[in-house]
Amino acid sequence: MKSVLNGTETDKQRWEREVLEPTLKKSPERAVPFTTISGRPIERLYTPDDVRDVEYGRDLNNPGEFPYTRGIHPTGYRGKLWTMRQFAGFGTPEETNGRYKQLLQAGGTGLSVAFDLPTLMGRDPDHELSLGEVGKCGVSIASLADMETLFDGIALADITTSMTINSPAPMLYAMYLVVAEKQGADWKTLSGTIQNDILKEFIAQKEYIFPPRPSMRLITDVFSFSAREVPRWNTISVSGYHIREAGATSLQELAFTLRDGIEYVQYGIDAGLPVDEFVPRISFFFNAHSDFFEEIAKYRAARKIWAKVMQDRFGARDERSLKLRFHTQTAGVSLTAQQPYNNVVRTALQALAGVLGGTNSLHTNSLDEALALPTAAAATLALRTQQVIAFESGVTNVVDPLGGSYFVERLTRDMEDGAYQYFDTIDRMGGMVEAIERGYPQREIAESSYQFQQSVERKEKIIVGVNGYVAEDEPPMAILYIDEAAAERQIAKLEALKARRDNGHVQRALDAMKKAAASTENVMPPLIDAVRAYATVGEMCDALREVWGEYEEVPII
Amino acid sequence: MSRKIRVVIAKPGLDGHDRGAKVIARALRDAGMEVIYTGLRQTPEQIVGAALQEDADVIGLSILSGAHNHICPRVMELLKEKGLEDVLVVIGGIIPDVDIEKLRKIGINGGFLPGTPMQDIIDFITRNVRTRLERV
Repeated sequence: MKSVLNGTETDKQRWEREVLEPTLKKSPERAVPFTTISGRPIERLYTPDDVRDVEYGRDLNNPGEFPYTRGIHPTGYRGKLWTMRQFAGFGTPEETNGRYKQLLQAGGTGLSVAFDLPTLMGRDPDHELSLGEVGKCGVSIASLADMETLFDGIALADITTSMTINSPAPMLYAMYLVVAEKQGADWKTLSGTIQNDILKEFIAQKEYIFPPRPSMRLITDVFSFSAREVPRWNTISVSGYHIREAGATSLQELAFTLRDGIEYVQYGIDAGLPVDEFVPRISFFFNAHSDFFEEIAKYRAARKIWAKVMQDRFGARDERSLKLRFHTQTAGVSLTAQQPYNNVVRTALQALAGVLGGTNSLHTNSLDEALALPTAAAATLALRTQQVIAFESGVTNVVDPLGGSYFVERLTRDMEDGAYQYFDTIDRMGGMVEAIERGYPQREIAESSYQFQQSVERKEKIIVGVNGYVAEDEPPMAILYIDEAAAERQIAKLEALKARRDNGHVQRALDAMKKAAASTENVMPPLIDAVRAYATVGEMCDALREVWGEYEEVPII
Repeated sequence: MSRKIRVVIAKPGLDGHDRGAKVIARALRDAGMEVIYTGLRQTPEQIVGAALQEDADVIGLSILSGAHNHICPRVMELLKEKGLEDVLVVIGGIIPDVDIEKLRKIGINGGFLPGTPMQDIIDFITRNVRTRLERV
């Protein structure tokens, strides 16, 4: 992509002088900042002059070829469409099981479990801190018995399931494995994902239990257990989604997420695992926010950076270690409670960005999510949005349709350079765990989040229906209202379970977990035994709390 | 009136989504108030304890998880027990309309949903906190 130079003036400079300047004198541009939603300045035009440092073979290359900027599959979506995976969960396992069957019936191609806050925090429904939270933000799962109900009538051998669970990820993963086994499925062919990404919890979402170092050890235990026993399972979904939702810019999301990924690889290697044995099972999860091209550039840069870092920094050789696979979710934080139907349009554009960026799987948010968990009708419309993109828009006919766009290639390169600068800063601190302990990413995100809010207050950024084009007297919308019945049922079931299970077996298994946690022995085998004995999430997490303690953060505003 | 408005921003419940709490804490501070942020996972007892200890004029609760129907009545009850009925309580987060009405009945008049301009919250606090400040 070379441009013709006329003397010392580039073609773009000539155009600016001869064509642009007279125009600007007659009709100036609108007096608004031309920046992305992340505050990145954007020029009015990109030409070959802007991509003179981009070399096709080295920086882009064809899809399926290193560094995979244009995609990891040579055929893009012509071979396989992205997985339409709608995140869902509320109330009791019985209610959520019904929602899953409805989503699969409507053409969903994978499941994604949303757990409630007590489950995410490793507390049983009857714990005092669970008061008012059971079944509210997701489904309540206290033991194997609940997991059996959740997947009742759904053949786990035939679908893939993603579970958004972090600190208690080993417990919920073990429950899934035991349910699959009881259904007759083979662990060797079973596939799915656990989020299992504790670093972004410390950075952004704050659903942590144990301190960083034992948390990292638990993750490497899962890596090595899975490499042996469940080789097709994605053992971690390194997530930028929550980092972005907490207020990070697009670049910060990219940089912190990939640097988290690097940290996990380093810890895996330090735990003695060969790089090509566990890295192929690492997957990623990004946000699709509203700034269309910045998001597309982010995904393309992510693939390129990961391939290069795995090869150059860790000496990975297996192609599967180099190929970054990722799930995308549209930006919950962009949804507005005002004029909620506008959210359908926002979500469609964000989803399209994810698709043009080559996502491997996608969740589209429902229009009512700034108000409550989605109704069945809203969740179906969100899935339909993906189907319209997949089957009607024509964008799936060609691989990386924006490849070669002067703008997209410039932006991709700038995102890449920006990410490496963040890597350098974090490397100088000693790594991501150390950076988190110093509050570095937390502070960066808090600052970006405040800057964005101020730009909205000043109306430099217009959010339709919120600080512009506001409507008076909006009609109320029917929402999904979760009452306390779920909590009462879950607590009653838990009491009944404790009365009928073999409590001696439970205690022995919990003791074995503690012993493993205190040594260097892998925690997974005794943990699976505890799950089989119907130990609860709270009991298993308490066992580890006793050994490792709990993390408490110093809040950074 | 020389004393600054003192605000305790608290994040009760198990939820860790603290973006809103932090942004409002900073906005109130920039508006000249003294802000104490409690951090995550505070029980109603801890929140009211912080308000008492900090001599707060305002408590701002941030709840997105749907646990407000349990947490808010408890906070109001404890405030009454400690003789802190005149502390202004406001809440921000994801609160269904039907619950906004319930909260009003227990004395929480400031319920702020996503998309509320920071200035509206600052104005609401400044307008409604006056009675307590005058009494002090």
